[in-house]
Amino acid sequence: MGELVAEKRLRYILSIEKKKDSFESVVMEHLRMNGAYWGLTTLDLLGKLDTVDVDEVVSWIISCHHHDGGFAGNVGHDPHILYTLSAVQVLALFNKLHLIDADKVTNYIVSLQNEDGSFSGDIWGEVDTRFSYIAICCLSILRRLDRINVENAVKYIISCKNMDGGFGCTPGGESHAGQIFCCVGALAITGSLDLVDKDLLGWWLCERQVKSGGLNGRPEKLPDVCYSWWVLSSLIMIDRVHWISKG
Amino acid sequence: MHGRPRKPLKEEDESVLSAKAEKLHSLQSQFLANHQNRIYTKEALDLSAKLLEINPECYTAWNYRKLAVQHNLSESNSDSDASLFDQELKVVENALKKNFKSYGAWHHRKWVLSKGHSSIDNELRLLNDFQKADARNFHAWNYRRFVTALMKISDEDELKYTEKVIGVNFSNYSAWHNRSVLLSTLFKRKAEGFSHKEKVLQEEYKYVHSAIFTDSDDQSGWFYHLWLIDQTVKNDAPLLVSSWPSHGANITLNGNNSLHGSGLSLLNSTLSDTKTLPVILCFNQAVEGVNSSTVVVKSELLKEDLVWKPLSTNNSSTAQVWVVYLNMGNMKLQLSKTYSIEINIGHSMGILSSNGYHYGAPSQITFEVCVQTAYTEPVDGQRGKLTSWKDNDFRKIDHFEESNPAVSADHHIPTTSNWCMEAIDEEITNFQDLSDCKIRKLTLARLLIALDLLSPQHDKRKNHTEEVLKLYTELMKLDPTHSLYYKDEHSLLLLQQITSSRESLIPYCHYYKDASETNTSYVCLRLQNLSLSRMGSFENLLWVQMLDLSHNELRSIEAVTIAFKKLEKGLTVNFLTGLEAMQLLSCLNLSHNKFGSFTALGPLRLLKSLKVLNISCNELGSHSIDTRRYLCSSPLAHSEVFAWDRFEILCGSYSATKFWEAFLIFESLNLTDLNIAGNAVADENFASFIVKVLPTLKLLNDEEL
Repeated sequence: MGELVAEKRLRYILSIEKKKDSFESVVMEHLRMNGAYWGLTTLDLLGKLDTVDVDEVVSWIISCHHHDGGFAGNVGHDPHILYTLSAVQVLALFNKLHLIDADKVTNYIVSLQNEDGSFSGDIWGEVDTRFSYIAICCLSILRRLDRINVENAVKYIISCKNMDGGFGCTPGGESHAGQIFCCVGALAITGSLDLVDKDLLGWWLCERQVKSGGLNGRPEKLPDVCYSWWVLSSLIMIDRVHWISKG
Repeated sequence: MHGRPRKPLKEEDESVLSAKAEKLHSLQSQFLANHQNRIYTKEALDLSAKLLEINPECYTAWNYRKLAVQHNLSESNSDSDASLFDQELKVVENALKKNFKSYGAWHHRKWVLSKGHSSIDNELRLLNDFQKADARNFHAWNYRRFVTALMKISDEDELKYTEKVIGVNFSNYSAWHNRSVLLSTLFKRKAEGFSHKEKVLQEEYKYVHSAIFTDSDDQSGWFYHLWLIDQTVKNDAPLLVSSWPSHGANITLNGNNSLHGSGLSLLNSTLSDTKTLPVILCFNQAVEGVNSSTVVVKSELLKEDLVWKPLSTNNSSTAQVWVVYLNMGNMKLQLSKTYSIEINIGHSMGILSSNGYHYGAPSQITFEVCVQTAYTEPVDGQRGKLTSWKDNDFRKIDHFEESNPAVSADHHIPTTSNWCMEAIDEEITNFQDLSDCKIRKLTLARLLIALDLLSPQHDKRKNHTEEVLKLYTELMKLDPTHSLYYKDEHSLLLLQQITSSRESLIPYCHYYKDASETNTSYVCLRLQNLSLSRMGSFENLLWVQMLDLSHNELRSIEAVTIAFKKLEKGLTVNFLTGLEAMQLLSCLNLSHNKFGSFTALGPLRLLKSLKVLNISCNELGSHSIDTRRYLCSSPLAHSEVFAWDRFEILCGSYSATKFWEAFLIFESLNLTDLNIAGNAVADENFASFIVKVLPTLKLLNDEEL
């Protein structure tokens, strides 16, 4: 039974990759790089990464590489930190990081750090703690974390901490499981989890479980399976996952 | 998008969708071509507007529009500027109609506004519309904070706005959250009407009751209420909580060229080998700036300046526990003479908490040291003989001299103002009904703990610990989904109860083998079989040298956060006394618990004196996920330098991924006795590896090497 389900999942992912003309596909064309990350890592988990044409994927990724070091979501689009991480992650997955100039990518990310430690998504200046996580995660993979101002980056993330122990997009922003994953992840990679109020945040996170057993992203909102990832992985990072039932 | 179930498409729908796809695809291709060729004509702009109306998530199109604005601005006069920006705002509004959660759309609007365009009324009107459409839209709330800051709308006015919103529907977490942000700022800058926190908080308690009591399952008010409690009890200034030796202690050292002492015992071979006496200071929060100027140690014994070290598990310069080692070997101590050591803390400025508060009230600790001649046999741990943990090797203690440093229970609790206690007291009356309501019981438990925390030592009001322990047990049944949360809280409180005074500690204190009060006494604190799932109260255990925590349900020995912390916006304060504070600890039994990874033993690395460790019958090597991984200082968390070379030599052909964590923990320890039997990881390979890592080891798994 387990085999059948895995087989179905594999076919689903491969079919999405091919079905570039459906409306869903077209409307998400600009973030294909993210889609590649989610789809390919899933294949890897299923042990089926070899069903993909590595060279085709890699050359497509390279074609999304801009001269400033960033990567776009798809061919013809502008570079952005979101797609830069996905590109690096996929190349790392295939062990092809040597095909890019790591220093160039690093410089792109370094150029996006602001004075207060925050990170912009691109040259147009949108600031969000998601980008802090992306920068830290990406540079950690490239082994160049020391090129950014880590102390300021951590300070900025902590400035986004709320009354409930959670984190928002920007200072004063409401706690949200996705943002919490990003902030906790960034603090984990930089060895700064002692600055997280683990008991308070742990309680907020374990209360995301609703009566049906699913998880929501904020109090009094509907559950969604994506929150299972953001909430559970956050709980694991702060060692409070045992506070939630397994049912 | 969330909440939309997937349904298979009908044939008509399929073809309609197919046509839509083609149209969008064509739009996007044309747009990308215009973008590539930097075409900013009206036609091109209209095309991008059409695209964004259908697909506001196409981020490159928003970039393009900004480029177009910049391009067209430079070529025009200031009259048409306004209409240029107006057009952008219109495009944003249309896009938001399609998807009011589009990051790109909201950011574009911010970009336009930051150019100095638009009016307050216009933006507030837009926000009010969005509030009606979805009161929890965090993009709209973020934008509101952006606009009010940009247009300098007062925090007081915004506070009134949250009241308006909550008035419409109390179930608006976003509004309560915003309220906490606004109040924090108003408190911080002591704005008019907000300088007396008490009055404001008392009103807020009444206000949030509507959210808590109307629907007990609605979480909107829970976290706000908890925040109010924290604001009521928190103490900003760093203060000393406990120390070892404690004030008034008498330490008797035995001469004969070896340093053994009542309360220091022969267990502590490290201290007698190095001839050092530790002095441990434990604060109520992490501090920096503890040095020989801010902590002045006066004694005829001391010739040189002392170097205080922060006990931090991640090599930080701030810590809750600081230690200094007095080099007794260098001092010429006369026999039978009593020396006094006086420690003055905080008489000069410099000790600071993480959010900038200076040390509270200056304090002083005095203890005495005396040297006698009697020499006694070293005990098991030092001679390489097996340390026994069996019941018959321990004898209960009936009585203990106050001045004996072996069991110290002297704690400094900061005094608090009356209004805190009154406020908590009053709140308690609102939660005391006997309904089977989870949030009421949990809140009552928290309030009672707060009350006990605030009660001054001399006023021995009826302690509420028993009542709260009962509440947690009831909660485990009432809310089984979160039973381990309540169990952890229960364990913490139980430990607090046991370690709070000498009277409560004595029943758990035992003499080991031949020890007694008159001869080299040392005491084992035996806390086994208490169903403890969590450790805590380390600030009360600085004196412990031998500790038995076996047969519990512990998963880690981590730094603990006490129930009430500071949640200042900006920087945080950590209540982090972990096992690393127990600098005298020499023998530790953690067998028959639930330790699932070596990283869970991280704090042990700071225990210089640890010689005997029993971690048998745990779950080391049984779990594929390590929940302590990033909480332990390690190369993965970029906070530790790892001795790769030595590791590679010792590891040899064994699996590095299996052993690197064990190496991380053990390579800096000087254990003489280790028991790891009964763990999945402990096969022959591992045993021979660990023996190489620990050259001082004499006993492994209860067998001599």
